[in-house]
Amino acid sequence: MLLFTTKRVLSGILLLVAVSIGTFFLAHLAISDPTAALLGTTASPAQQAALAEKIGLDRPLIQQFWDWLSHAVLLDFGMSWRNFQPVGAQLAIKVPVTLSVVTFATLITALIGIGFGMITGLRPGTWFDRIIKGLSVVLFALPGFWVSLVLVIWFAVQLKWFPAVGYVPPTQSVDGWLRSITLPAISLALGGIVAVSEQLRNAVIAQTRQDWVRTLRSRGLSATRVNLHILRNASPAALTVIALMFVGLLSGAIVVEQIFSLPGLGQLTNQSSQNGDIPMLLGITVISIVFVVVINLLLDLVLGWINPKVRVA
Amino acid sequence: MTTTDIRVAFDRAAQKRRSSLFRRFLRHPGGWIPLAIFLAIVLVGVFAPLLAPMDPNFVDLTAAKAPPGPEHLLGGDSTGRDILSRLIYGTRTTIWGALITLITSVVIGVPSGVAAGYFGGAFDRVATWISDALQSIPGMIILLVVAAGSRNNFEVLMATVGVFMVPGYFRISRSQTLAVRGEAYIDAARVSGLSDGRIIFRHVIKAVYPPVIIQTALTAGIAMGMQAGLQFLGIGDSNVPSWGAMMLEGFRLMLTYPLMLLWPSAALGLTIAVLAIMGSTLAELVQVRTPRVSRRRADAAPAAPATGSARHEAAESALRIENLRVTHATPSGETEVVHGVTLDVAPGEVVGIVGESGSGKSQTVFSVLDLLPSTGRASAGAIWVGGKDVTRATGKARQQLLGREIGYVPQEPMSNLDPSYTIGHQLVEPLRATHGMSRAAAKARARAVLERVGLTDPDRVMRSYPHQVSGGMAQRVLIAGAIAGKPSLLVADEPTTALDVTVQAEVLELLRELQAEYGMALLIVTHNFGVVADICDRVIVMRGGDIVESGQVDELFAAPAEPYTRELIAASLDDAAGRAELDRAAAQHTEVTA
Repeated sequence: MLLFTTKRVLSGILLLVAVSIGTFFLAHLAISDPTAALLGTTASPAQQAALAEKIGLDRPLIQQFWDWLSHAVLLDFGMSWRNFQPVGAQLAIKVPVTLSVVTFATLITALIGIGFGMITGLRPGTWFDRIIKGLSVVLFALPGFWVSLVLVIWFAVQLKWFPAVGYVPPTQSVDGWLRSITLPAISLALGGIVAVSEQLRNAVIAQTRQDWVRTLRSRGLSATRVNLHILRNASPAALTVIALMFVGLLSGAIVVEQIFSLPGLGQLTNQSSQNGDIPMLLGITVISIVFVVVINLLLDLVLGWINPKVRVA
Repeated sequence: MTTTDIRVAFDRAAQKRRSSLFRRFLRHPGGWIPLAIFLAIVLVGVFAPLLAPMDPNFVDLTAAKAPPGPEHLLGGDSTGRDILSRLIYGTRTTIWGALITLITSVVIGVPSGVAAGYFGGAFDRVATWISDALQSIPGMIILLVVAAGSRNNFEVLMATVGVFMVPGYFRISRSQTLAVRGEAYIDAARVSGLSDGRIIFRHVIKAVYPPVIIQTALTAGIAMGMQAGLQFLGIGDSNVPSWGAMMLEGFRLMLTYPLMLLWPSAALGLTIAVLAIMGSTLAELVQVRTPRVSRRRADAAPAAPATGSARHEAAESALRIENLRVTHATPSGETEVVHGVTLDVAPGEVVGIVGESGSGKSQTVFSVLDLLPSTGRASAGAIWVGGKDVTRATGKARQQLLGREIGYVPQEPMSNLDPSYTIGHQLVEPLRATHGMSRAAAKARARAVLERVGLTDPDRVMRSYPHQVSGGMAQRVLIAGAIAGKPSLLVADEPTTALDVTVQAEVLELLRELQAEYGMALLIVTHNFGVVADICDRVIVMRGGDIVESGQVDELFAAPAEPYTRELIAASLDDAAGRAELDRAAAQHTEVTA
């Protein structure tokens, strides 16, 4: 188990390094002249050169990267090129917003998706199964921001159940916080719910056909107890999708935050990209990948607990 | 068969499948309706310049935020441009963008997936790692970086979206190729000297393309969603009409001009929905579906007379079934696999059911347990268990018999233990649930039966997971589970078939001992007359769903009435003789080479 976990952590670190390198060079390749983006078109060449010197753009790229990496391993992501505030401090303000929405969305996805998947998998072919299947086809493909727009019009503008825009920190009002992230979380979650449900349904159906199900029933166990065995064996499929969904939710959050005017990573990413603020973009990338790696690690640990064979391997 | 023959046969099969799949798709309402809508949308995009009533960028200040009217059918946007024209041109943008995305992802994903699946090795490992890594990067962030750098170049952005869609194609092509690679005809092609390139082009591609098409329908929808999402964030040339940008404008004016949001949202929603439905229909058509058994009785063909007979009074038997019929739903309709058999087992008696596979012997056993697969259905004139009539008993009442009156020993030891739980848990749980034992009592009983079936270290076995014990041990565990509830009838379905020859004898001996010790009735299913000779008092021979002969073991061996029985006995003996001969040959060979 220790070896297994170590391997997973190393693989996560490798991913982190690879993506950091990739993003660094991609950003510098793509944003060939950051000073122009930062200062606007009215800036004189002298002003541009001064800024370039200040932010270290006049040095070779490799040296800039080394400089960034050697600080980043100490969790220092440098200064934003736009307002010269530490990247880390700004991330610390924005991350909780995005994390609230994404975590809430993941919870909704997991709870409802697993529920639907269980019901439809244990009794395939019922009317409920067919409705979920029909819904899932379309909901999975529709982008989260499209669903958000519908939800905003319906629940925020028409029914006025939830605020249409804005974010209330939980330190100010827990109730207000929940209300401000409910609609964004639901719009993000809908696609995931059907994906999780579909995966779990197929896995449950596959497990139901296993020989040991018959044997367990032959021991006199009730259907409920046998179903618990089936679910435990089917759950890896659903958990894997939930972990994958988390990545998709981070992407989706960027657009959805725009709709609900949530001051999270999405807004920050959009701004930084328009301004050519490379250190900020790198910081955002690193923190997102850290989330992904942590989620995947948790997933692996849970999978190991569910399936004893993984632990030995 | 030469390679050419194989290839021709396979080509023909593939062609037949393809044409019939496409035809079935067109016949299915979930196929032709969305396809027709989608084609219409594509045509609107292609012929946008002809269809649009005016230039999408023509500004008519008097039409700013105009409501729908004769001049502007859907009204004007905030700067006075015709919404309908922008919507039509937006279709063109959407489809062009999706096309770039799809081409990028297919061109990168499919060849690399096929190569990884076909050649394996280091390339497979590296490519799979990259694919997994790509899947764990939130694509939107990278897209925004690219957008900033490429000055919102639409084509570059859509190609980048395509890169993030590559893992979907990679995975599906890889797994499909892996599956085909193991097929015999690929081996045959390789042995006959066909080059890898030709094999891939002629055979592998054919297996890969159906899921790729399904994936494409889904990817196209997701690509359009991401495209609109980017445009909604304000990324892209404002002079290029796009649905996403129109949605952004409509969203800003949502409270005053809700219709401006409605049109592009509806267009995007409809396009994505028809793509998703097409993909789902295709997936459904490709899938082999399991038939569902109808709950109503099939119009019975003139029923064949029941075969077999009962030898004891019903009330004094351990088991008695009369005129048992089992039907199974198959893709071509319902098939009766057991045609009305009657048999019984007295308390303490050992009865064997012998027959080759397909004779209906296992189906008979599952009917006794009331544990037929979901496609099967059993009906019987009467079923008696432990001297009680349970013919009309509910499913619940039949379930109550299991683990108490009836114990069951399955055929394949490894697949009959739940891999996720310890062996101890799987023994203790039924004892607690069906017998209401305390945890300690159930544990003690489980430990005792494990010891009884000959496992020397029961505590270690109880802590183990199924994959940690050998097949022989697993079968002993299953026997322990079957007898833990002290049943009066033990049903064993080929209990020794999956085991090594040396272990077979031990397990059979164990069953005999337990049967005698507990005084259980034993119904044992086998295809091997050796097992019958070893353990049974009486034997029932089944063939094609009928009982062809039954009798005391000694009498039947001495004078089998049916030629089929004689064949079965001879086959069992041949098998034994053949094996002995092989052993001798092997021994001689060893001597010679030594």
